[in-house]
Amino acid sequence: MLYRARSLLSRLLAVCLMAAVPMQSMAEKEVERWGLNMTEGVTTVSRDIFGLHMNILWWCVGIGVVVFGVMFYTMLAHRKSKGAKAENFHESTTLEIIWTVIPFVILIIMAIPATTTLKQIYDTEEADMDVVITGYQWKWKYEYLGQDVSFFSLLSTPIEEIQNLKEKNPNYLLEVDEPLVIPINKKVRFLITANDVIHSWWVPDLAVKKDAIPGFMNAAWTRVDEPGIYRGQCAELCGKDHGFMPIVVKAVPQEEYDQWISERREMAAKLKAMANQTFSFDELYSKGEQVYNTVCAACHQANGEGIPPTFPAIKGSPVATGPLAGHMDMVINGSRTNPAMAAFGDQLSEVDLAAVVTFQRNAFGNNMGDTIQPIDVLKAKQQ
Amino acid sequence: MAHGPAKGFTRWLYTTNHKDIGSMYLWFSFAMFLLGGVFALVIRAELFEPGLQIVEPELFNQMTTMHGLVMVFGAVMPAFVGLANWMIPMMLGAPDMALPRMNNWSFWILPFAFAMMTSTLFMEGGAPNFGWTFYAPLSTTYAPPSVTFFIFAVHIMGASSIMGAINIIATIMNMRAPGMTYMKMPLFVWTWFITAYLLIAVMPVLAGVVTMMLFDIHFGTSFFDAAGGGDPVLFQHVFWFFGHPEVYIMILPAFGIVSAIIPTFARKPLFGYSSMVYATASIAFLSFVVWAHHMFTVGMPLAGELAFMYMTMLIAVPTGVKVFNWVTTMFKGSMTFETPMLFSIAFVILFSIGGFSGLMLAIAPADFQYHDTYFVVAHFHYVLVPGAIFSITAGVYYWLPKWCGNMYNETMGKTHFWTAFIGLNLTFFPMHFAGLSGMPRRIPDYNMMFADWNMISSVGAFLFGAAQILFLFNVIATIRGGKKATDEVWENPEGLEWTVASPAPYHTFSKPPQVS
Repeated sequence: MLYRARSLLSRLLAVCLMAAVPMQSMAEKEVERWGLNMTEGVTTVSRDIFGLHMNILWWCVGIGVVVFGVMFYTMLAHRKSKGAKAENFHESTTLEIIWTVIPFVILIIMAIPATTTLKQIYDTEEADMDVVITGYQWKWKYEYLGQDVSFFSLLSTPIEEIQNLKEKNPNYLLEVDEPLVIPINKKVRFLITANDVIHSWWVPDLAVKKDAIPGFMNAAWTRVDEPGIYRGQCAELCGKDHGFMPIVVKAVPQEEYDQWISERREMAAKLKAMANQTFSFDELYSKGEQVYNTVCAACHQANGEGIPPTFPAIKGSPVATGPLAGHMDMVINGSRTNPAMAAFGDQLSEVDLAAVVTFQRNAFGNNMGDTIQPIDVLKAKQQ
Repeated sequence: MAHGPAKGFTRWLYTTNHKDIGSMYLWFSFAMFLLGGVFALVIRAELFEPGLQIVEPELFNQMTTMHGLVMVFGAVMPAFVGLANWMIPMMLGAPDMALPRMNNWSFWILPFAFAMMTSTLFMEGGAPNFGWTFYAPLSTTYAPPSVTFFIFAVHIMGASSIMGAINIIATIMNMRAPGMTYMKMPLFVWTWFITAYLLIAVMPVLAGVVTMMLFDIHFGTSFFDAAGGGDPVLFQHVFWFFGHPEVYIMILPAFGIVSAIIPTFARKPLFGYSSMVYATASIAFLSFVVWAHHMFTVGMPLAGELAFMYMTMLIAVPTGVKVFNWVTTMFKGSMTFETPMLFSIAFVILFSIGGFSGLMLAIAPADFQYHDTYFVVAHFHYVLVPGAIFSITAGVYYWLPKWCGNMYNETMGKTHFWTAFIGLNLTFFPMHFAGLSGMPRRIPDYNMMFADWNMISSVGAFLFGAAQILFLFNVIATIRGGKKATDEVWENPEGLEWTVASPAPYHTFSKPPQVS
């Protein structure tokens, strides 16, 4: 029995019996539910932060027990209905000084380890490798500095699961097509920026959360101890699909990482070579449909009707059914009047650009009948 | 010379009477509270289960934005101004506010501001969808066209607040009855006095930042656009220089209300009056130097990060002093638990819980994990709902018999309290857990691991909403009839407001009383 199959009633019941262990089937066990606390994570910094968190939490609990204890005692003991007579004291400088000094001392005790951890977090020097992370509406781009490898990472949860038409898989909304791969036990520096609005790159297990700010570069770092897959989400409201741009980090042993990066390099070289090939209309159309659904559909919608006025329709649009040069310009360089339409010239390969323009001009009843080759895109880019 | 109110609608339109204006503020605030509540319930309904079922992400973002804006500027702030209008002249022994015509004006521009802001929901491209903190460039380059109306509405609200604040300061400085020295003023007056200075200091900053937005959007400047030499982080600095004192604007008057109610029902004078005044002033001062703790993740230099962390932690000291003073006021008193007292005790406990999570958030390294998660949502709702909303509710129950001459129904009041108390904790306590286990805020859909906490929150939210209907019903029933209240209403309450008849005559203290 999967998530959706469980009846609403039994879930409500489980909610009412909070203390009781909810009945769980095998499939559901993959999702850890009723999470109470922060993750300890898989880095020294994340464990330090967890320690700070627990430390301050227990101080608060302690203070709470004392203060609320006195309150409840007085509420029970000093009631008029029990015949309590009110006393009249209303001042004590000694008391005021005591309860000013004690919290102050507790704060100093807290501030010392917090300062140490913060200094450690800010030490971004001497990294073993750098990854440039760029936030886009609504995806992440990872660029391995000096490696000639860069790619986009998009949500891979099928739309049917989001629309409740299919059972949700355990990694619902926390899965991507291409995770960020990093080696374990290496100091990896993240250089974080954004292309449009402010995003925030957050992976709880790494205890890294840094805002991605357009026009500025922020630095953060991590050194992961254990191989594994660590999931996070964008943490700064960035528009419509803010809830749909997860982050997946795959930490692997060094050898595995080396192999992966060389494969990626080869793939990149192949892709470049493909820009000189010629493709048939059908090849381009079906490739274009794929690209459209992953890249364009978030705004222009799967049916091509868009959400006007911010996201205009592709179906019958004056651009997609107008002169080819204008259409190419729009896709490659973005809109000059509507900032929501980004420039895709650097985001997609020539093959993908050719394919998606071919698709847009022929799908949704646009029927322009033209085929655009990667070489046409290259020419358009040079203009 | 005393004369009654005019008849018909013009009574309300032309009135310069502090009591009429106070009532209008309070009713307006309640209407906005319900509107903001409806937005909140749309959010909670969508988040009841994973998946998108009720609203699309576009509308969801409009709901979170409008909920925040309406609650902050429409519900909480006008409610406090309403209470100030009603109570400050009566507490000071003054016949009215110092600037009655401006008082009328500062109220009457508000409905227009909110009508304009609410109308954006029906505009092409929808209402503001960039969160109540409206970070640039999401709120400038990437904003829907309705942002211009939002900016204009914020300007009007700001003007209204500034006028209200000037009026309160002028009243307190000039209209105190003979013998009413500053250190004899009730704490509600003191806290409002300090709040009014905060308002005058920061509302112009808010006006400045929205004007910079307006220029970026329409007149080609690039204050917040890096491509033109600007800086999106500058927006956050300016916004939070307003925003953090704003948080205290929404809580200091609450301290005043609770400091009036607890002594009455503990039958014991407020403990540490002067330390309460100094603590309020220190909190107000500190509120100006902690703004960047909202921005620990923007990439400030280490020194800035540390300075803002230490300053923020320091706020715990004067806040703690206040809590300790309230508890000691109750200690060895002779307590009864009427509705205002229940709300006030809940205020002290739950506001302290919000204070604890605030202290946790102040620890910058830990904030990297908490920031922009539901833990933050839990934190600020714990300080705002049982903080601001509960204190306002307590104040209404406490002074309502004085306003309308009738006692409210105690059973209904207590039912309201318990429903609201349970609803609020069901709604907001699980948010701590959702946030700690990794749920970002402002998302319309989430993984199943957050499902259970969200479902509880949603159930709680509807319960809390239902409790407010009970409140409305109780207040209307009290205005229409009920047991007659005595002039003192409660047992030996302190303050000049209890020396006038119940209901308070249209004009009070035409001749100033002598305060000994």
